[in-house]
Amino acid sequence: MEWMAWTWPTAIFFVVIASLLVVFTILGIKFPETPRKGVLQIETTRGDRLFITLLGSAFINLAWLGLVGGHQPWALAVCLVYAAAVFRWV
Amino acid sequence: MQTKTVNQKAWFLVLPVLVLVAFSAVIPLMTVVNYSIQDTFGGEFFSLEDKLMWFREMLESQRMWDALGRQLMFSGIILAIEVPLGVFVALNMPKSGFWASFCLVMMSLPLLIPWNVVGTIWQIFGRVDIGLLGNTLDALGIDYNYTQDTFDAWVTIIVMDVWHWTSLVALLAYAGLKSIPDAYYQAAEIDQASRWKVFRYIELPKMMGVLMIAILLRFMDSFMIYTEPFVVTGGGPGNATTLLSIDLVKMALGQFDLGPAAAFSIMYFLVILAISWVFYTVMTNLDKRGM
Repeated sequence: MEWMAWTWPTAIFFVVIASLLVVFTILGIKFPETPRKGVLQIETTRGDRLFITLLGSAFINLAWLGLVGGHQPWALAVCLVYAAAVFRWV
Repeated sequence: MQTKTVNQKAWFLVLPVLVLVAFSAVIPLMTVVNYSIQDTFGGEFFSLEDKLMWFREMLESQRMWDALGRQLMFSGIILAIEVPLGVFVALNMPKSGFWASFCLVMMSLPLLIPWNVVGTIWQIFGRVDIGLLGNTLDALGIDYNYTQDTFDAWVTIIVMDVWHWTSLVALLAYAGLKSIPDAYYQAAEIDQASRWKVFRYIELPKMMGVLMIAILLRFMDSFMIYTEPFVVTGGGPGNATTLLSIDLVKMALGQFDLGPAAAFSIMYFLVILAISWVFYTVMTNLDKRGM
């Protein structure tokens, strides 16, 4: 790994995503589910909702950075609210 | 009675693919993320005090927003031309016999030409001194010069893309049309439906699935386009045809600003991911409704 100056933020970012995937895989095996229809009128599974959450969170973070500019950790709080909403209603 | 034994060893057969994907996609993606939060200078890495500096810089960069605007305009224009034109061509193609095969072969030809060759063809074709198109327009008294005039440059790259890719839309639409059973047309004839109604209520709904694929493919390709406009205009005149990829390459390899370029790539990737997801969702939902 010498060819790249790896940093902790990068490692944390990918470890979090990888562990989310692992957790959701285990959840999927332990508690099988049927897709459901939410406010978007599309069928979603848990995995779909995770994807929508992660992609949306990326845009929330960018929007926060561009529009608010400071206090980036608060964007994470918005993301958590967004995640809860996605898992409840989508 | 025999019971099935559970054996999960087959999962090991997936390992080579995992290794390949990790090597070709996952680790490169990690390096991009890693570049985006550091500064590089001649092989040395420096950690940034403000880790999000490059993202901030990119979000505030007029140059990136301009390139994104041009990119959306380019993709929008070529979709607005290629999709209706492709459907129109497909509707008018012979349904069977020698001419059907002949049309299919002729339509496939542009799709087989490599991007840089297409670019070179149009670069020379459009030149006023030695190109057929440029020279003819000049002889007709039309002031045309794609190297100096923004409008001419745009017309050239759009016509080039339409020339290169309309066939793809037409071929897909043609395949959709061919799959409609005759019974539908017979029913329409009994009802004395007009040509427009046959198109609107039979052909178009039946083509919806393949058209969505065509739109998705054309959108993705045009949103990532690099070679063709780069060969023809090099992004000029000025920055008039500098689309996202062209700008990205300038930034990453021309100026060697790896940090900002990485931040730029991540945002570019997110936009593509979001739009592809929307297309994919719409497509699978159309399938479920049996279209």
